[in-house]
Amino acid sequence: MSMGRGGGRHNPAAQGRIRMDKESLRTLRRVFAHIGDGYLGRLVLAMGCIVASALVSVASALFLRVLIDEHIVPILLAGSRDLSGLASAIGAMGLLYIGGVASSFLYQQMMVSISHGVLRDIRNRMFFSMQRLPLRYFDTHATGELMSRYTNDADAMRQMLSQSIPHVFSSLLTIVFVLTAMLSLSALLTLVVFAVVAVMFFVTARIGGKSANYFSKRQKVLGDLNGYVEEMIDGQKVIQVFSRESAVRADFEDRNEQLFEHTDLANRYGIVLMPIMGNLGNIQYVLIAVFGGMLAMNPSFSLTLGGLASFLTLSKNFTNPVSQISQQINSVVMALAGARRVFRLIDEEPEEDLGHARLVKTDGQGDCRENAARSGACWAWETTGENGETRLVPLAGDIRLQGVNFAYETDKPVLHDVDLFAKPGQKIAFVGATGAGKTTITNLINRFYDVQQGRILYDGIPVQDIRKPDLRRSLGMVLQDTTLFTGTIMENIRYGRLEATDEEVIEAAKLANAHGFITRLPDGYQTVISGTESELSQGQRQLLSIARCAVADPPVMILDEATSSIDTRTERLIQEGMDRLMEGRTVFVIAHRLSTVQNAQAILVLEGGRIIERGDHDDLIAQRGKYYQLYTGMRSV
Amino acid sequence: MLKKLFASIREYKKDTLLSPFFVTMEVLLEVTVPMIMADLIDRGVEVGDMDHIVRRGILLVALALCSLLFGVLAARASARASAGFAKNLRLDLFHNIQNFSFSNLDRLSASSLITRLTTDVTNVQQAFMMFIRMGARSPAMFLFAMIMAFRINSRLALVYVGVIPLLAGGLAWIMFRSYPIFERVFQTYDSLNLVVQENLRGIRVVKSFVREDHEVEKFGAISNALYRFFVKADRYMAGTMPLMQASTYACMLLISWLGANMIIAGDMTTGQLMSMITYTMQILMSLMMLSMVLVMVSISRAAAGRIVEVLDEVPTITGPVDGVAEVADGSIRFQNVLFSYTGDASSPCMFDTDLSIASGETIGIIGGTGSGKTSLVQLIPRLYDVTKGAVLVGGRDVREYDLTVLRDSVAIVLQRNTLFTGTIAENLRWGNADASDSELEWAAGLAQADEFINRLELGYDSHIEQGGTNVSGGQRQRLCLARALLKRPKILILDDATSAVDTATEAEIREALRREMPGTTKLIIAQRISSIRDADRIIVLDDGRIDGTGTHDELLATNAIYREVFESQTKGGDFDVNG
Repeated sequence: MSMGRGGGRHNPAAQGRIRMDKESLRTLRRVFAHIGDGYLGRLVLAMGCIVASALVSVASALFLRVLIDEHIVPILLAGSRDLSGLASAIGAMGLLYIGGVASSFLYQQMMVSISHGVLRDIRNRMFFSMQRLPLRYFDTHATGELMSRYTNDADAMRQMLSQSIPHVFSSLLTIVFVLTAMLSLSALLTLVVFAVVAVMFFVTARIGGKSANYFSKRQKVLGDLNGYVEEMIDGQKVIQVFSRESAVRADFEDRNEQLFEHTDLANRYGIVLMPIMGNLGNIQYVLIAVFGGMLAMNPSFSLTLGGLASFLTLSKNFTNPVSQISQQINSVVMALAGARRVFRLIDEEPEEDLGHARLVKTDGQGDCRENAARSGACWAWETTGENGETRLVPLAGDIRLQGVNFAYETDKPVLHDVDLFAKPGQKIAFVGATGAGKTTITNLINRFYDVQQGRILYDGIPVQDIRKPDLRRSLGMVLQDTTLFTGTIMENIRYGRLEATDEEVIEAAKLANAHGFITRLPDGYQTVISGTESELSQGQRQLLSIARCAVADPPVMILDEATSSIDTRTERLIQEGMDRLMEGRTVFVIAHRLSTVQNAQAILVLEGGRIIERGDHDDLIAQRGKYYQLYTGMRSV
Repeated sequence: MLKKLFASIREYKKDTLLSPFFVTMEVLLEVTVPMIMADLIDRGVEVGDMDHIVRRGILLVALALCSLLFGVLAARASARASAGFAKNLRLDLFHNIQNFSFSNLDRLSASSLITRLTTDVTNVQQAFMMFIRMGARSPAMFLFAMIMAFRINSRLALVYVGVIPLLAGGLAWIMFRSYPIFERVFQTYDSLNLVVQENLRGIRVVKSFVREDHEVEKFGAISNALYRFFVKADRYMAGTMPLMQASTYACMLLISWLGANMIIAGDMTTGQLMSMITYTMQILMSLMMLSMVLVMVSISRAAAGRIVEVLDEVPTITGPVDGVAEVADGSIRFQNVLFSYTGDASSPCMFDTDLSIASGETIGIIGGTGSGKTSLVQLIPRLYDVTKGAVLVGGRDVREYDLTVLRDSVAIVLQRNTLFTGTIAENLRWGNADASDSELEWAAGLAQADEFINRLELGYDSHIEQGGTNVSGGQRQRLCLARALLKRPKILILDDATSAVDTATEAEIREALRREMPGTTKLIIAQRISSIRDADRIIVLDDGRIDGTGTHDELLATNAIYREVFESQTKGGDFDVNG
């Protein structure tokens, strides 16, 4: 059973026939390296048990010969009624069986703990690596695609580990053991078995190849249909508003019919394989009985009746693993494609951090200025000079951009030669149309992205020289898109500073004006909210994200004011909360509200990635430029 | 539940019935093989009758070939039946969803409907195929093999009576113990996915608060829980194979011992002993298969239930059979309207509303969150039905109109709006499938979208991605507006439809609408006073009631709420410069 929504977009079969290539082998080796890492003992034990279990099943088939040839027939011939020999043979076999069952039990249990254990390790490692990736990676990879690493790909790997690989191993062993046993009984009959197996291979190659081809087509059509369904159901209300139901219905019907045809074709070849294999096995069984019977009648072939009985059972044990292997190899190759994607994520280059300056708490030595007065703590940058001596630079919140150029994609520059400075405690407002580069500047300050030309200085230190965690800890962000996480409100606010006490959280909520609505909720701060659904209004979520930032108490803030429609009362609460949060801090704000802009020490008007005007509100109004146009609600022609 | 589900089989009924039939035939032939084999050995090999061997051999090969034929036929029938069943099921689901009203859609959320139409249908399809093949195969195999075994030697067959209950009991115990744990496994899987999803969505927050380690810890805890539950559940499941082997081996030993005794006593032949051993395998295998079918079916039971829930959902709004086919004009009247989303008149979100709007009027609507603005306007195109009272459009109750006619005359631009995969032109033509290129340009021009469309390399043929994520919020809103204008509606409702458009552009849109669509009644919901201050009349809503009606100046003079909003916006108001 698949744990995720099977999109089938990453189906290796889509690239043609399923084949075990070099790349797959490398991935397989890596999977085994993971097993070897902590599970080697269990793996060896499991392998040993598989060997034992396979041996017992062959012994079981051979026992028929012993039973018939050495006990039943002699007793019949001798006419004696002495069954003690038979009894002890059965007793010995019974002991062997107990061993077989025990080893099979042990191997199954081992495989459970190995497969789930390895998978957990890989899953954790994958998540760990993912957390260290630069923001660019997340901006360029779809959420659904990354999610499927944890669902579809991981699930396929688990099945491969717990089922396919042990199956292939035990099938291979069984084939070797059974073949040896069959040859020892009758080489001639073994030829019959080979003939049938050759036919099986032929059929599998023919039908299996076709089926893989149709199957990959089917997966693609299924993925397309599911995508269509997703989009349409998501937009269902719009469909109704435009009375497009019948058009959409017809469109869906077409796609659905197509899927049916592809599924029917794929299944026709895929499913047919099983009864063909099963019945070819039956035919083989019959052929052996007939030929074996003939051989057994002729003493010169030295095949006894008991030998024939054993051979018949063995032949059944032979064809099963042969068709097993061909099936399992397919799923192993599929799973390996998933494993490769998982490993690729693990191997992805982590966010680069060559910074060495650290944020440290000082005991009031040096110049602490206003941030000490506010938070009671005094922070400083600890940098190491070239001669190895450490130096403390008080954290003030002085930020300068010098000649910054930047492009997300090499040929599409977003920022041109941006210069700006913010003195500690100043409020800098960015104003400009969407795409003018406002968000990009903030992305560069906290190093979500790195500048390509020019530099950014933070209290005189180039930001590249500051360790990223310390840099970001010193910068608070309230984003327009308020992301919360599933959990209580208390936990969500505490996300800003994990060691904050309940009182501190409540204090922050009060500062952010969130306390009022929180206490009106039935469970107050213990109300569980979910990250993706909205029990809370957009405005309430904003208030929570302000509180979250307030509890972190950073010296520098980056604010992206929300433009989304929030009713006036909540809007005013947010405004007050934001204003209180901004007090005494260096603030970069992407502004949409007039009051914010008016209170700013500097307003930067951006257009097409350039700063075209700068100054305070009155200056800019006096300039009668772009800002004036925006302010008066008129647009330049 | 099954009846409802199986109603979707329809034209695939023949295939659905044929596949168990073919399977049964296949099994029947398969089961006779060991019996004839015993005869071949006893009366051919043992006595040296070559003729008998050949005769029986030919019969056996013929049987095996027939069995192969039936097997192939069964596979084809079941493949077709299950694919067809899934096709019809998807179709029925999709059709029913198309008839859903907004309140149906609110109750069953979009994401859950999507899961039902995709994953759930696939799971049910697999279970269905399993059911019509394996569900027939294993009982048939069990029954026939038992009959054969008893016919060969009923005393020896009693061995099964001892072993089978043990195996069946063991399998049942495993299923019974592991099933609830598997439920926990699936739940934990969901939480794991949720953590990853939220992490990916909120990666900016994670990184800016430097919470990577915290997230790794959170993930690790759930990952470990998943590991624990999964191992626990699978440890039970891993008992299946050894249990099966133990039963097989026990039967083999008992049959060998008892059988040997019987052969010596002359009550049985060697060939019969061999066939008994084959039957043992068949009987025990069929039991294991049966338990697998049961697990599969019980896992898909939940999926089936979710599907049936959608099939059973009755659309709450349907158009009348011979609905009125024309809307006379754009006048609107609310008569004592009371409305509640739940249909429960005791907790309404709109009270006794009376309101009259003349054709061609421009109405602004303002009010806080939850004041009922959206509810009010959604009653006009009958997206919801009133709980009490009536809404009249063009002088007739909206419930008298043909739904398509009504909704073509009343264009509403929703707050949460979306575009679809395709070109800009294709998206705009949702408003009017036959619109000419110049009409598209006209609508885009009114919505102030032409400028940015023309700047795009491919213009109106530019590709829009799913949900319209490749255009900005303001651009998306303007495209949605243009799409609605193409209907050339008698009534145009904008539910906060230009919130991401900058104030200057918004003013131009208002101006264009006034100029080009003078006869159209316009209802504009907004947060910004500037968006509605020029309206003929402004309605102030508060807590589901109309608190005041009048022009901007009148309301400033008489309405406290309006004044408060106005003052807050002019004092510390908007400086919105979003493109």
